Amino acid sequence: MDYMLLRHRDIPKLNQIDVFMKEDGFEGLKKALKMDTADVTNEVKAAGLRGRGGAGFPAGVKWSFMDNNNWPHYVVANADESEPGTFKDREIMESNPFQFLEGIAIASYAVGANAAYIYLRGEFWEVAHFLDEKIEEMEKAGFLGENIQGTDCSLKIYTHLGAGAYICGEETALLESMEGKRGQPRVRPPFPPSQGLYNKPTVVNNVETLTSVPYIINNGAYGYRKFGTEKSPGTKIFSLSGNVNKPGNYELPLGTTFRELIFTHGGGIPDGKSIKAIMPAGASSSMVVANDEALDTPLTYEDVPNVGGDLGSASVIVVDDSVSLDWLIRKTMDFFHHESCGKCTPCREGSYWMKKLTERIHSGEGTEEDVALLKDVATQMQGTTLCALGEFSTMAVVSSIERFPEDFA
Amino acid sequence: MSLAEKYPQEIEKILAKYPPEHKRSAVMALLYMAQREEGYVSKADKADIAQILDMTTTEISAIVGFYSLYHDEKAGQYRIQVCTDIGCALKGADQYLADLCEKLDVKPGETTEDGLITIEEVKCLAACDKAPMFQVQSPKGIKYHEKMTVDTTMELIEELRKDVQETK
Amino acid sequence: MTKEVTLTIDGKEVSVPAGSLVVDAAKKAGIDIPVFCYHPKMEPVGMCRQCLVEIGRPAFDRATGEAVLEEDGSPKINWGWKLETSCTNPVSEGMVVKTTSEKAVKGQNDMLEFQLSSHPLDCPVCDKGGECLLQDLTLAHGSAESRFNFNEKRHSEKHFPLGDLIWLDRERCIQCGRCVRFQDEVVGEAVLGFEERGSKTQIMTTSDPGFDSVFAGNTTDICPVGALTTAQFRFGARPWEMEATASVCGECPVGCNTVLNTRRDAKSGGKIIVKRVMPRQNEAVNETWICDKGRFADFSAEGRLLAPKPEEWTEAVAKAAEKLSAAKGDAVFLVDGSLSNEELFNMKSLADEVGGKALCYSEVGGGALTTKSGSYSKSGAGDAILVIGGDLYAEAPIFWLRAKQAADRGAKLIVATEAETRLDAFATTVVRDVRKGLEIAEEVFANAENTVVLYSGDDALAQFCAALNPTSLIGVWAEANTQGAWEMGYEAISDLSALKGKTVYVAGKDALVASAVEAADFVVAQTVSMTEASEKAGVTLASQIAAEAEGTFTSAERRVQRFFSAVQPIGDALPGYVITAQVAEKMGVTLDIDAEDVFSAFSDLNYADLAKVSAEESLLIGGTCYENKQGLGVTLPAKA
Ligand SMILES: Cc1cc2nc3c(=O)[nH]c(=O)nc-3n(C[C@H](O)[C@H](O)[C@H](O)COP(=O)(O)O)c2cc1C
Ligand code: SF4
Ligand code: FES
Repeated sequence: MDYMLLRHRDIPKLNQIDVFMKEDGFEGLKKALKMDTADVTNEVKAAGLRGRGGAGFPAGVKWSFMDNNNWPHYVVANADESEPGTFKDREIMESNPFQFLEGIAIASYAVGANAAYIYLRGEFWEVAHFLDEKIEEMEKAGFLGENIQGTDCSLKIYTHLGAGAYICGEETALLESMEGKRGQPRVRPPFPPSQGLYNKPTVVNNVETLTSVPYIINNGAYGYRKFGTEKSPGTKIFSLSGNVNKPGNYELPLGTTFRELIFTHGGGIPDGKSIKAIMPAGASSSMVVANDEALDTPLTYEDVPNVGGDLGSASVIVVDDSVSLDWLIRKTMDFFHHESCGKCTPCREGSYWMKKLTERIHSGEGTEEDVALLKDVATQMQGTTLCALGEFSTMAVVSSIERFPEDFA
Repeated sequence: MSLAEKYPQEIEKILAKYPPEHKRSAVMALLYMAQREEGYVSKADKADIAQILDMTTTEISAIVGFYSLYHDEKAGQYRIQVCTDIGCALKGADQYLADLCEKLDVKPGETTEDGLITIEEVKCLAACDKAPMFQVQSPKGIKYHEKMTVDTTMELIEELRKDVQETK
Repeated sequence: MTKEVTLTIDGKEVSVPAGSLVVDAAKKAGIDIPVFCYHPKMEPVGMCRQCLVEIGRPAFDRATGEAVLEEDGSPKINWGWKLETSCTNPVSEGMVVKTTSEKAVKGQNDMLEFQLSSHPLDCPVCDKGGECLLQDLTLAHGSAESRFNFNEKRHSEKHFPLGDLIWLDRERCIQCGRCVRFQDEVVGEAVLGFEERGSKTQIMTTSDPGFDSVFAGNTTDICPVGALTTAQFRFGARPWEMEATASVCGECPVGCNTVLNTRRDAKSGGKIIVKRVMPRQNEAVNETWICDKGRFADFSAEGRLLAPKPEEWTEAVAKAAEKLSAAKGDAVFLVDGSLSNEELFNMKSLADEVGGKALCYSEVGGGALTTKSGSYSKSGAGDAILVIGGDLYAEAPIFWLRAKQAADRGAKLIVATEAETRLDAFATTVVRDVRKGLEIAEEVFANAENTVVLYSGDDALAQFCAALNPTSLIGVWAEANTQGAWEMGYEAISDLSALKGKTVYVAGKDALVASAVEAADFVVAQTVSMTEASEKAGVTLASQIAAEAEGTFTSAERRVQRFFSAVQPIGDALPGYVITAQVAEKMGVTLDIDAEDVFSAFSDLNYADLAKVSAEESLLIGGTCYENKQGLGVTLPAKA
């Protein structure tokens, strides 16, 4: 298959504007600018492109929710990429930046935004500066700025650096952070398309989602749907990490099985060990038992739940049989406790409590009651937290205790 | 000198990114600017930024406290921030960190005797396929170093040492 | 009229205005859903998650838009799998809410357990004990044993000063953010914030001076636990040991409704004393807030005058009457606005009867012009406010707050003062020149609905302001009841040298008494304090303070409000109107000596009119009480 997103793997120096333009760069934008804005949205809707940030919400549908009685509109690219195990957006931005920026421009055109922001996690300091240069080049080439390509469409893209907070990947926390506040989530509704940045209608999309857009406009919904499944069309970048021989990003059609990803592409498990568990969506995943059924499950939004997981941002962490899961969930709780924003009670207190319990259990001083209590505390958080982070923090804990009881005996 | 006196043009450029009635959005960028010299946000910096953005110093402090890349206190000139999160840990990052610390004779969170290097343990940096890895946060910015060993790290530290001596 | 929406809460049908929150709708139906972060005066944030309930919404057919019905014909209700926060969900037609179902109660108890996992069990020594939301809930639902079985609870500072007036106990803080949001949203002085994040989140301030806000004390009321306390009240008394008496603040002309909490106090020789001042809700005046001037007002006995001079009341009264009678029509009856209406009226009556002059001292001029003002508490979009000549923040803080809030709601706010003020930041227009301010106001007022002028200045300024013909012309008097004096027909005096050679019966603040003694020939001083001047006066009459006597004040917005006697009088002091009546009697003039009678004698109103309350004043949701059972007062009709 040709790459749709990681095209730089075939085309060297694609992050240089002249190379990009030679390789059909900005054709999607040029085409979009000639279309009715609603048609652009409809094309993306028809393509069935689902958000790559984790929730899998259809991008076109989100764009169509923008409140047209309230202006200005904004587009915000979510480049916070902080889910442990996820490292795809960085590769896109470093190596195929123009396609990403082109995606932003098309989205902005579709929803009538004249300003777009890229919210990057603070650690992507160098990426941000690199993108600033690329944005300038694009402006010079007439694909950004005033009257793009002679149309009356204008767009400025700005980078905005976060400063080390996983929660800022959550879209409303991201917007708070962009507004110069502590990055804590807002109550939803209202959702960003009705009240987002500065309380104005805002589309928030993941980097990969936006980078998929030029292809869709260029090749049409039908062309896009040649890949993937009915409910999960297109290709997806799978960030593969953990106990595999060849960790890295793999762009594959949705519907590829875990087995193919891990063994064919990822080269299998090192040191003659065998696979024990899979976290399909980074630290926020449930711990999926890596049996044959799971390995033969297609990586799609609709299939992964069948084996007790979620596709999420498709950051597949492989766990081999030398790893005891009491250690692993101690790690996840370390993470979630560190990243809980502290706004809501169950997550603030529950993550601390769970961290203490996982530490005690891992140290060997935990009792059977501690394990039961840990599961209880986690279950007690589910469905009560203000945003999904709190919920995420319970996934690996509950599923590990349920599915791998021997690791907690 | 206040930040406003020191970097007038740059501040203007940052503010230009946001609608004038929402200049508060510039706080993140201004905090990075403040950290450029000493590696942390001083009380005077907070007051400067508060003034520029019509905020209170309490609001500035609340933001500094929330984000892990802003610091209230001085540490080593270079903060070596090693990821020991799940992906890296499965690839031996914990051991790598322990070995590095031993070599430098510090514990995580501590600074080397010469005040040059502070070793810190951080959460996932989106480089899980290239473990062990770390980023170096310094007044100059943030730089990733991937697929590291203790030896290559020590070489890097030597370079940093030399750099500092030369600029002195 | 806003649309009414009907929903069912715990089986009860309730109708509330569209846009109401479920938690408030429940309140209206008499159902208290437990809350911590929610406060009816602030935007809901849904942080604490304590108010979780089950919410079901009627199902609609997507194609037809019709309601889907069950087999029995009742509407089909969709229930989500999650509990929802009742403080963030607006009501909708046909909604069904369960606040006490097994699932809802489990959710609420689970949240409580999380709260308690890091909360110290120091209720027995906590100032909030008895009016603490957390304690109430724990007693009602909490489990006796903590499942958080770690030796170390998180320990943090227990005595952390946020400034001179307010202390923070970090262990007790439940991070509900009410205090932070109050300072930020309501007051617009973001001097409190959270530091760190996650389980390390703590309240802090870096303002200099610490917790720099005249509204700071309110955060101790709205804190649902004992984390914020006032330096004054800390360890002072247990809430349930105190009596509560309705009062009206006497520190400025806003007339905030207050409650005086009193208790017998060992340190004060077993006397009943005022332990703290709390706000009493009155939406037209102070909502649920008071400023720190009022909250920390001095009620101590120090320096109080215990007895008259000459030392027997009969003698003192006789001597006063004799001297005043001798002066005949030349006698001057001088007051300031610190007196109650009842005191003012008897004084004025006496002056009128003997043909003397009734004068009220006020530096702010224009008393004859402020004849038609009313409350501007509801001002907003379409209205305009001019604040001219003075610093409301210092002079009348709740007026300041209301001006700021009106601007938040879209009112045009013009600030015209020579010096910078804290109101500048919220103003539509700021000018450092009073004359210019008047010009701008004239333009702006031409296109505004309700127009309000708050002025502090001399008679000339008042004239200019009156010429703008605003809906409300409000003099920002130095005293609480100066407006009351104007309403009664006192004449204004600002230059006291005119008293030279006169016999003066003066009642008011120490400074006024001192000036009178300085200037006049003979002075009868009716006063509450023992000062050098009162010593020098010919006759000194020991008067009670408002907390001891009863009476009424008329606010600068012309609202007449009643206060009650909260503590026993000190020494032999008598209510001012009684003293005046006794002096009058000796002069052959009969005046009422019962406060209620005095009030009825001068006013078309009576105390019963002032005692009315309305349904709007029922915001109380557990914990600290703002409840107003004793009356909202009455705004006087505009005079021609
Ligand atoms: C705790 C949390 C962290 C998240 N982190 C990210 C992130 O790093 N990047 C991202 O694109 N979306 C993240 N999301 C999802 C966003 O909230 C949002 O759904 C997404 O940016 C929408 O874009 P999409 O529809 O294109 O996926 C996160 C969500 C939560 C609850
Ligand atoms: S769930 Fe956690 S991260 Fe989300 S609002 Fe609550 S405390 Fe913050
Ligand atoms: S979440 Fe509703 S009261 Fe706190």
